[in-house]
Amino acid sequence: MTEFEYAPALESTSILNLQSDYKLFINGTYTAAKAGKRFTTVNPSTGEAIASISYAELDDVNSAVAAARAAYTKVWGKMPAAERGKYLFRIARLLQERAREFAVLETLDNGKPIRESRDTDIPLAAAHFFYHAGWADKLDYAGLGTNPKPLGVVGQIIPWNFPLLMLAWKVAPALAAGNTVVLKPAETTPLTALLFAEVCQQAGLPAGVVNIVTGDGVTGSYLVNHPDVDKIAFTGSTAVGKAIARAVADTKKSVTLELGGKAANIVYDDAAIDEAVEGIVNGIFFNQGHVCCAGSRLLVQESVQDEVIEKLKRRMALIRVGNPLDKNTDLGAINSAEQLARITELTNTGDAEGAERWSAPCDLPSKGYWYAPTIFTGVSQTHRIAREEIFGPVLSVLTFRTPAEAVEKANNTPYGLSAGVWSEKGSKVLWTASKLRAGVIWTNTFNKFDPTSPFGGFKESGWGREGGRHGLAAYLKGGKN
Amino acid sequence: MNRIDVMKTYKLYINGAFPRSESGRVYELKDAKGAFIANPCWASRKDLRDSVVAARSAFSGWSKATAYNRGQVLYRIAEVMQGRSSQFADEIVAQEGITTKQALAQVEESIDLMVWYAGWTDKISSLSGANNPVAGSFYNFTTPEAIGVVGAFIEGKPSLISLIASVGSIIASGNTAVVIASEKFPLTAITFAEVCATSDVPAGVINILTGKTPELVGWMGSHMDVDAVDASGLSSKQLTELKIAGADNLKRIHSFKSVKSPDRILAFVEHKTVWQTIGV
Repeated sequence: MTEFEYAPALESTSILNLQSDYKLFINGTYTAAKAGKRFTTVNPSTGEAIASISYAELDDVNSAVAAARAAYTKVWGKMPAAERGKYLFRIARLLQERAREFAVLETLDNGKPIRESRDTDIPLAAAHFFYHAGWADKLDYAGLGTNPKPLGVVGQIIPWNFPLLMLAWKVAPALAAGNTVVLKPAETTPLTALLFAEVCQQAGLPAGVVNIVTGDGVTGSYLVNHPDVDKIAFTGSTAVGKAIARAVADTKKSVTLELGGKAANIVYDDAAIDEAVEGIVNGIFFNQGHVCCAGSRLLVQESVQDEVIEKLKRRMALIRVGNPLDKNTDLGAINSAEQLARITELTNTGDAEGAERWSAPCDLPSKGYWYAPTIFTGVSQTHRIAREEIFGPVLSVLTFRTPAEAVEKANNTPYGLSAGVWSEKGSKVLWTASKLRAGVIWTNTFNKFDPTSPFGGFKESGWGREGGRHGLAAYLKGGKN
Repeated sequence: MNRIDVMKTYKLYINGAFPRSESGRVYELKDAKGAFIANPCWASRKDLRDSVVAARSAFSGWSKATAYNRGQVLYRIAEVMQGRSSQFADEIVAQEGITTKQALAQVEESIDLMVWYAGWTDKISSLSGANNPVAGSFYNFTTPEAIGVVGAFIEGKPSLISLIASVGSIIASGNTAVVIASEKFPLTAITFAEVCATSDVPAGVINILTGKTPELVGWMGSHMDVDAVDASGLSSKQLTELKIAGADNLKRIHSFKSVKSPDRILAFVEHKTVWQTIGV
């Protein structure tokens, strides 16, 4: 059989106007951090520095919150809702106009394939602004009674796996509801948020409505503990989510949390196996597995186990790992050295505890942070790789015999964010979906997102939803019922 | 000679039965004028844990019962409460030091409140469910589901209304309840347990403990199999303690001012969104 090789198809970075150093965005202008501390953001596919970033200390966070408060009191809170909505429509359109630039920058800073940043992250981010723009003057119909009120100043802390998309999930509903925002992007992926600040300027968004403070977890804690912040919205690890819940326990702050997951992806013997294999690959290898709702536990019915695993391995061998800017690339770089170490440590326990490792044969680049697509078979429920979130391109395979056993195993986790079900029998699909204790269930598909569709978890996967009417409600105080 | 009244032993209500506290402890309850009324049980941590086990066991059956069925069970509670109006009223008079007329008014309001919650069971989905017009070939819907085992700290006065608001809103969507009665006004809660035992409420769906609220707060908060807590009856200091302990498993903790609001029901549901692929 003739094999065709892919020619490289590199996306150009010439569209970017990269700066050597970036400042905070406070009160509508780029502002240097007062203490002058800086940190470096790195291209994870090469390990090379991209730019130097201002580190926000307490003083800077205070300025950002003060700017947000002033904007809330004097401008944004008073503005007619329809006008507020028009600003959000503008932002949505500007994101679409500059989509290519954002996609390239996201891939550079995060390491994800350009195919994903171009086709998923950036278009969905624009869609979130467009969707919420329309809500701004329709809040009476959000199910909270007439004339619901914004909460005030919202502190938002987002992760590094979908930097601009998570920004959109947070900022769009907050602004539509009439709040103002202080956003802290993740330490390793600040660039698209800082470019978003430029979009806010182009949109003419009033100063102080959106403020962006870059830094690490300490910067985030200044925001969480700030007495003039009315709400905290956080996406990240369950451990940090619990710490935030404790930190605000004696305050009136409202909180939404989108935390970890260990999703089961259930494949029944009557599934369309080839489609299911594609779904398994998409479920765990999308975005290098850096996805809180990743289908990281494959539960396959024993009778089709051999067929599924064989086809899965064959398919995994075709995954193209490499330069994220190459349009052919399926699997990009691991986001940071720290995350690579975490994946390595946890997968080593898989070997030690007796699971069988198989990695796709692929050449990993010599520079940067990389991990080959990997599955573990023979995994038992007690293994750490079946219980803990690996947050990398690593799938743990377990088996079951009956639907009841599948559900029992799927629910045997403190998490409850998402799950997948593969079967051609509609009644079985719905039965399974009704039994799964998770906030998002994909049936015969996986990892689909939409601004109209509420997303969020049961149990220790978080508090509240993002997207749809349910997500919007988290930024409003109830009106008259 | 006057007949001697038969005094009642007030016990706990766990898994459909009426045990004493396993600790053997009771506390003395006096009426508004300082006269002895009863020795309600002083529930222990073990009693709380037993109640959570009962509530967890009852959860799958109750949450998967049809909404119509749950509505009828809640309505049945109201029916049986009606028959015990005077008993509730006597206890309210003794505990709260109000007139019989005022107490009867409270009982009537409580019964009507339970009827109100009974009517909600099959309407919660209409209120907070959704079909979501996602951009793709999918049928996507969101439905509210019961959250699991919900603890409740009941406010003092008016004791019966507070109790019904909490229990009615928790169980309407399919949750099961571990109720901590008001420490000062527990009698109506125990009589309510007798109502539950004769109202088609499956064992374990409602469990009621009497005892010392301050020591139960931490135990409830740190229990890893309690999913949520109605903290309406707690002081702000107790609420903070509950929230800090409850962060260990991210309990959903809410307090309410209104006794009659769908917000109380919606606080203790989880929204599940299902994406179904459309295709041939």
